[in-house]
Amino acid sequence: MRYAMVIDTLKCVGCSDCVVACQTENNVPEGFCRDWVTESVSGAYPTVELELKSERCNHCSSAPCVRCCPTGASHIVEGGIVLVTPNECIGCGACIESCPYDARFQHPEGHVDKCTFCHHRLEKGQLPACVSVCPTKCMYFGDLDDASSEVSQLLKSRKYKVLAPEAGTKPNVYYLIK
Amino acid sequence: MQEEIFISGRNIPNIDPVLQVWHFPISLYLFLGGMAAGIIFFASLFTIMRKEKDFPTTVKGAMLVAVIAISVGLVALMYDLTHMFYAWQLYTTIRLESPMSWGAWVLLIVSLLSFLWVFSYSNEMFPKWDWKFDFIKKFQAYVIENRRTIAMILLPLSVILGIYTGILLSAFNARPLWNNPILGPLFLTSGLSTGAAAIILFSKNHYEKHLMTKIDLALIILELGLIIHLLMGMAAGSAVQIEAMQVLVNGEFTVMFFVFVVILGLIFPAMLEGIELMGRKIPSIIPALLILMGGLIFRMVMVEAGQLTRYLY
Repeated sequence: MRYAMVIDTLKCVGCSDCVVACQTENNVPEGFCRDWVTESVSGAYPTVELELKSERCNHCSSAPCVRCCPTGASHIVEGGIVLVTPNECIGCGACIESCPYDARFQHPEGHVDKCTFCHHRLEKGQLPACVSVCPTKCMYFGDLDDASSEVSQLLKSRKYKVLAPEAGTKPNVYYLIK
Repeated sequence: MQEEIFISGRNIPNIDPVLQVWHFPISLYLFLGGMAAGIIFFASLFTIMRKEKDFPTTVKGAMLVAVIAISVGLVALMYDLTHMFYAWQLYTTIRLESPMSWGAWVLLIVSLLSFLWVFSYSNEMFPKWDWKFDFIKKFQAYVIENRRTIAMILLPLSVILGIYTGILLSAFNARPLWNNPILGPLFLTSGLSTGAAAIILFSKNHYEKHLMTKIDLALIILELGLIIHLLMGMAAGSAVQIEAMQVLVNGEFTVMFFVFVVILGLIFPAMLEGIELMGRKIPSIIPALLILMGGLIFRMVMVEAGQLTRYLY
């Protein structure tokens, strides 16, 4: 099993509902967020393009944060989800430095925190909080090893990109761009 | 033209505190750890060569400085951990792919052995000190007998410790300025050079001072070569690396780097040492202090500047 998130940049309106849903679901401390929305503008008038992306931990298959963690607090579980065990984390910050996506932050309690793909919800058969609230339904979640899953089908039929592929992290969050 | 903004409260410069997590304590540790590694390297080398008598400060006073430096460095490292009370978790596992993991183990072994080393010399350094209990005296005699064995273990470990201060940074491909294999040898050379400078600073023995000045001069020349190597490697690199290099050559840290590290911390003291070696009288405290200052500022620049660089996606 290989969990992946597919986000349609053509449907995203940048409402930040995913951010608020995550903060509420996961009790993210005030001032922090596990996911965020970027807006990039390219080109010049009259051919200006706007791209909206909801970004988060990419749950990389070749995760630099897991590699550099000195205690094994950052680890990969079933389905390729990268998780942090708070009681094993010493708060050294190595994983924060190692992440090309700046997806990790230091929780006020000291340990490092980040997106978990809502692991606790997946266990109950629910979708991640951000996916479940998206008003334009631009986010999809599923198993890439299953060729018939919605995410596999989307990646087959649409043009997509991943963030900073040159970093060699093999990210598992995909952005549909056409 | 491409412009990107964050529309949901993330990565706001100077407000979001979470993306740059390593600051002065880390630079201080990298400096003190490197310097201690340098001192320990020379002390063990001279002991293995049976030249302790010619280098009294290196094996005694400077080793005491090294032990104090490692202790202060460890306190700085601990202070920097945000989940400090879980620090023991470092010693429940060895993960070879994580530099910090094996670095922590090497640091533990090196500090224990250097403590033993200073303990074995305690009576020579402080003749009035009495250990009172017989078993401590017996243990001390045992350590003194095995000092060369300790030196043989410490020699390779000090090199690893010196390289580790650089590898710690270069292992992060997400920070392109750090992600450079030359950083390990560069930090090791700088550590050896600051170690030599510390020995010069405390030494009263003319022969020892003269030889360490020679070694230090050679190390500084090597270090300058490695810095050129670092910059050339970046300039010939990918867009990410060329962008990262701008922080040092044409950006926020240019003045700090070239004035305080390259000129005042390396070239100027190297010239003073050269003049000194030619026979002119120069108070050796000046180049030694400049080298130590340059070493510390070098770490501060690399730690802070590296965190400004990132992937351009």
